[in-house]
Amino acid sequence: MGSSLYDEIGGTAAVEAAVDIFYRKVLSDTAVSHFFDDVDMERQRGKQKAFLSMAFGGPNNYSGVDMRKAHAHLKDKGLASRHFNAVAGHLQDTLKELKVPSNLIDQVMAIAGSTHDDVLNI
Amino acid sequence: MPHLIFSGSTLSYNKGQTVLEALLDGGFDVPYSCKEGNCQTCLMRCVEGEVEEDAKRGVKDTLSKQGYFLPCMCHPTDNLVLQPSTDTELFCAATIRVKNLLSDKVCQLFIEPAIPLYYHAGQFMNLRNDQGGVRSYSLASVPKLDTYLEFHVARMRNGEVSNWLHNGLDVGDVIDVSGPFGNCFYLPGKPDQDMLLVGTGTGLSPLLGVVRDALSSGHKGKLLLFHGSRKEEGLYLHKELTELSRLYNNFYYYPCISTERTSYPYKASRADDLAFKTLPDLKDWRVFLCGSPPMVEGAQRKAFLAGANMNDIHADPFKMRELRSEKRD
Repeated sequence: MGSSLYDEIGGTAAVEAAVDIFYRKVLSDTAVSHFFDDVDMERQRGKQKAFLSMAFGGPNNYSGVDMRKAHAHLKDKGLASRHFNAVAGHLQDTLKELKVPSNLIDQVMAIAGSTHDDVLNI
Repeated sequence: MPHLIFSGSTLSYNKGQTVLEALLDGGFDVPYSCKEGNCQTCLMRCVEGEVEEDAKRGVKDTLSKQGYFLPCMCHPTDNLVLQPSTDTELFCAATIRVKNLLSDKVCQLFIEPAIPLYYHAGQFMNLRNDQGGVRSYSLASVPKLDTYLEFHVARMRNGEVSNWLHNGLDVGDVIDVSGPFGNCFYLPGKPDQDMLLVGTGTGLSPLLGVVRDALSSGHKGKLLLFHGSRKEEGLYLHKELTELSRLYNNFYYYPCISTERTSYPYKASRADDLAFKTLPDLKDWRVFLCGSPPMVEGAQRKAFLAGANMNDIHADPFKMRELRSEKRD
């Protein structure tokens, strides 16, 4: 049995290491930070962790329906592809910063990219 | 649509409501305060059905195992059978031992619980008056240093519980307390970590507990405490904290006045503004933020963006929903 992406990347420790770096990049980027204005930071961080765990190929209870529901209200605030791409860019930079090998980064980005339509409610 | 039963009566439930909202709409006089999952005043028991995890966040394990959850955070998906909390599980009697006035508006209470409590300095407890009104107050005492529980109570205009604590109680009287709750406290380990503490008003009380706990545990890192108030008399422990900063060379105290002109030794600034100006880089710092919700929430974000890890940021917003038509000051 080959080791999974989640194990290779470092499991829960990797999620824990990535979440603050990723979330800080997102909040520091004025192009997207306003989408995160009204949320309880602890709760938001919990959601980021769940998302990273999913993107890292780890345990998750991802459902496209939940993802759609969670982002539906952001449509009125103008959530669009460029914002999705900016956040995805921060994820990629986070992984580079943590020196994750590029073949693993590619796999993570592919999983993250697969949520595009659900996040944007397309 | 989930079907809710409270104490034998069926509740009408509208989509999107919390269980607490359904109870209040149904005319049930259940206790509550913050409505945001912090104060635990509305704790209630679910005896049948599944409550989502979000509604159990912060509830003590021993209580959660008995079905306790927070109706204010619960958007039910399952049919639930609910019971009000039973007093004996949540509240215990405590006797007022000492009562001092620290300023015009703040009184200091020392209380002895009938049963010894296991708590951390900086956690909070719920105090209940004879009318059933419940409010949360932070613990300023440190278990290993102090015999009694210490609270600082700010008198609110029209505040039912705070006025009762100020005026309606004497030494020797017995009140009901529950708790402790909350995770804004000092943990030993990492004794070299520097600590930033920012509090407004009686947000000072948990910070005082944390500072005394840390110093008496031999904390080696720096502790910077910023206490903010609109007026000088609001810095109600100025003398004591100044003295403490003379006793410990790793403890620094910054008294901040936000609205009126002021002079040395007070700083003319909001406490959080001065804190972030003084400490632009908080990487590896431990941060405690207590007091007015806008300050705490803004400062939480600023501390995080200044490099502190979320796990190292302890925020305790003193949230209190308006229960009356008259506005507080």
